[in-house]
Amino acid sequence: MREFAYQRAGDVAGAVAAFAAAPGARYLGGGTNLVDLMKSGVESPERLIDVRGLGLDAVEEDADGGLRIGATVTNSDLAAHPGVRRRYPALAQAVLAGASGQLRNAATVGGNLLQRVRCGYFTDVTLPCNRRVPGSGCPAVDGEHHNHAVLGWSEHCVAVHPSDLGVALAAFDAVVSYETGAGPGELAYAALYPPVGDTPHRETSLPPGALITAVSLPAAPVAARSRYRKVRERASYAFATASVAAALEVRDGVVHDVRLAFGAVASRPWRAHAAERALTGAPATARAFGAAADAELAAARPLPHNGYKVPLLRNLMVSVLTELAEEAAR
Amino acid sequence: MTDTTARPRTDGGVVAPAGGAVGTARTRLEGRDKVTGAARYAADVPFDGLAHGWLVLSTVARGRITSMDTAAVLGMPGVLGVVHHGNAPRLHPAGLFGPDGQLQLLQDDRVPHVGRPVALVVARTPQQARAGAAALTVTYAQEPHDTVFRAGHPAGRPAPAAPARPDADLGDVEAEIAAAPVVVDQRYTTPEEHHSAMEPHASMARWEDGRLEVVDSNQGSFMVARVLATLFGLDQEIVRVRAEHVGGGFGSKGVGPQLVLAVMAATLLRRPVRVALTRRQVFSTTGLRPATEQRLRLASDSTGRLRAIDHATAAFTSTIQEYVERNTEASNVMYAADAIRTRTTVVPLDLPTPGWMRGPGAAAGSFALESAMDELAQAVGVDPVELRLRNEPSAGPVSGLPFSSRNLAACLREGARRFGWADRDPRPGTRREGRWLLGTGVACGSYGAGALPSTAAITARADGSYTVSVGAADIGTGARTALALVAADALGVPPESVRMRIADSRLGAAWFAGGSKGTASWSWAVTAAAADLRERLASVDRVPPDGVTGRGDTTDAIGALGKQERQSYGAQFAEVAVDTGTGEVRVRRMLGMFAAGRIVNPLTARSQLVGGMTMGLSMALHEEGARDEALGALVNSDFAGYHISAHADVPDIEADWVEDVDDSNPSGIKGVGEVGIAGTAAAIANAVWHATGVRHRALPVRLDRVLESGFPAAR
Repeated sequence: MREFAYQRAGDVAGAVAAFAAAPGARYLGGGTNLVDLMKSGVESPERLIDVRGLGLDAVEEDADGGLRIGATVTNSDLAAHPGVRRRYPALAQAVLAGASGQLRNAATVGGNLLQRVRCGYFTDVTLPCNRRVPGSGCPAVDGEHHNHAVLGWSEHCVAVHPSDLGVALAAFDAVVSYETGAGPGELAYAALYPPVGDTPHRETSLPPGALITAVSLPAAPVAARSRYRKVRERASYAFATASVAAALEVRDGVVHDVRLAFGAVASRPWRAHAAERALTGAPATARAFGAAADAELAAARPLPHNGYKVPLLRNLMVSVLTELAEEAAR
Repeated sequence: MTDTTARPRTDGGVVAPAGGAVGTARTRLEGRDKVTGAARYAADVPFDGLAHGWLVLSTVARGRITSMDTAAVLGMPGVLGVVHHGNAPRLHPAGLFGPDGQLQLLQDDRVPHVGRPVALVVARTPQQARAGAAALTVTYAQEPHDTVFRAGHPAGRPAPAAPARPDADLGDVEAEIAAAPVVVDQRYTTPEEHHSAMEPHASMARWEDGRLEVVDSNQGSFMVARVLATLFGLDQEIVRVRAEHVGGGFGSKGVGPQLVLAVMAATLLRRPVRVALTRRQVFSTTGLRPATEQRLRLASDSTGRLRAIDHATAAFTSTIQEYVERNTEASNVMYAADAIRTRTTVVPLDLPTPGWMRGPGAAAGSFALESAMDELAQAVGVDPVELRLRNEPSAGPVSGLPFSSRNLAACLREGARRFGWADRDPRPGTRREGRWLLGTGVACGSYGAGALPSTAAITARADGSYTVSVGAADIGTGARTALALVAADALGVPPESVRMRIADSRLGAAWFAGGSKGTASWSWAVTAAAADLRERLASVDRVPPDGVTGRGDTTDAIGALGKQERQSYGAQFAEVAVDTGTGEVRVRRMLGMFAAGRIVNPLTARSQLVGGMTMGLSMALHEEGARDEALGALVNSDFAGYHISAHADVPDIEADWVEDVDDSNPSGIKGVGEVGIAGTAAAIANAVWHATGVRHRALPVRLDRVLESGFPAAR
């Protein structure tokens, strides 16, 4: 690990100013990803600006039913928050499906959004990777891509976004608030990760030096009946092979409102708009759920060794929606 | 050295017989030191003037080094030197069991695989050494490589026979198969797997007063010292190797690359040098279990009595050392058959050299044989436990030799009783619980037992305590504690009066912590030393101030042993649940019943058996080294990518044993280190078949494989 400077920022403006003054700086949240990457040489920041003391560690419930989550709220606190569990159960389930108890105690919401891909070519500095070294190539396209993308990838990068939390945020139309030297700004979570295209190293749409301060969730009554299910090779402490965040409201046997997002299938958490459109107004039946999944997955382009993800996602989506529909009918 | 004595006696007299320590559950003598952090591992021991070495590994799979820009690195802060093929000491052929090409490090410009050490950067701090290693520019002339293993690879060649076990050629396999009413003929594959001991390999070497001192993490300090001496052309008398505490080995801690390079650097720089590997370097440089492809043909009559076992296996090795993965061992000893044939092929590829990994041969071999036995049970229509009982041999099926003890049938019967096997519906794909299909499976396993020559000494002190000195290694197994119990009983004293000194090459010749033969070998030497000591003590009135020492050497006694089949045996039962929507496989419970000789310390023996079963579970469902064909490199060389069972994967696991005493050694001991992993993967794969109706012949049983093969029985 290269030597680096460390400082604690006292307020948001100070953190942003310190970042602007130090080329090669990184904001430090829980450090559960960044510090690992520093140890392996993927990251070698000259300065870490610790943002955990900025007072951004509260979850606020809006009167209208929404939530505003401070950027340094830990995963554990987020998952345990009564308002989160009541209004967006899939969000709490997604957080609890990730990492381990120790990591969730340290990891922050802002850091979770900015975590890097877990592709084996990215994390090993001796191997080529366009994300880490632009132009060096993506061996995963023709190589080891068993758990890589089936949607929205390019030949320049086929890695998947690893976040569980992000899948729920995508389903519930989260908005990201940030601060820059030029003032505050907002960005739809759906727009946080640009399409991978030929610039996989451009991982976010945030302005340079931006510090995420909060993530807001607009009120969504449908989210009160929501679920997150994660498929993985081992029972805990593994990144998803595929995951689904779903919310469903059924009236008189017909889908009145539905939210769907997929994890571990694309370079960003994948909001399944086509499936939502197909389902809205359709009967809440397994057949309709399957047809909606097919509508979304028509765009899938599996690689030679990850074609299984298409039927897996379909099964998973149908299974989760069926459970939600059965619970609603009780 | 850790003080492992509790309450020494102070009466000065010869202690009256106590006995009965063997067979009682005892916590580890060094347990408190380990859990409080007081126990020092190889990378923890401080030395004055210590320098730190950092490995530089090859990044191409085959070729030559054309240049290395050492000048730039030598100018970096703190850098003391760069060891490479241009300046490294010349080495002599050496290895634990014959010359080992892996140990010939930095001897020429050849690159045989990705991850081969090509240089060591030495600096005042580990950080400086690492920075230097990262900055070292190495240029290669790359050559086309081949890292893709398959059984029919044109480079494949027959493996030389094992010294004690030539290829089996009993009866006429082809004639039996042609005439048999039931034949199973299938191929089974297992992937590259990695040991992944918790403690990464580390070594410190220094020259002091013309003597080479090494603090190491290894599985047998005496044998490591002997190899080092030969390798560097030194008198073994001046080489001292210690490995007091070792955080797991699983076969990977022989003579590590970090040790050879530390000795080189200490020799060139004339100062103490420590080399500690990172986890990625452990994956790249310390051996692996090779991928295997096995063909099993079983032929039986209509009742399931075996007429033929034909077991052919292939595994890869490197181009610098021929390692043979002996998967067919079990087919020689498990079941009686009219004809038995075994064949082994090695395929040299541009890959790291494989090595012994827990249950070498047996772990992968038992997956093939015991899966095939389950397929035979299905084909014949007989219960898989009953099928095995029907083919129980009365002597070595190929060798004709008597078993020292066996008791596999008792394991099967008692295991079936405890597991509730009698209630099992044999039909596959019939038990549903929500999204899950449930199934149960059984498989057996064996691993060679026996003792190898070792020496030991025991000194009686005037204060009534006894110091046992034996070149044993405790790699987390509890060997230190087990040997104290054996010594106490052999001396007729309470274990509290025994102090243990182990893991030091100065303590004399001793076998390795390997081959499941460590405790059997060392305990024999300890009992021989105890007998010698008791004889000497009988002729003195009081123990003199400098004590009385008895010595044991088992070379002659072991050489005089008659030929027998000596193995530990086990029967394992597993219940799995398979998600019909996602293909996820989760193990719900496991039971292993073992016949593994006399159990010295039930607490640590159970821990080893449960550990072996857990590693087998991990092998069945998770572990798989993923290599990029174009680069020849491992792309999951960390614990995020290389999955090992997590706690949540390890269900209700129970290990127990039946009465089994091996009279061919004085303590009746076999070994428990490896038999726990023999058969586990097959028991789980057989349970997946019972759950889903689909046979999985490729490990690991990944969810994509389950999903893509479907659930025909569930429809």
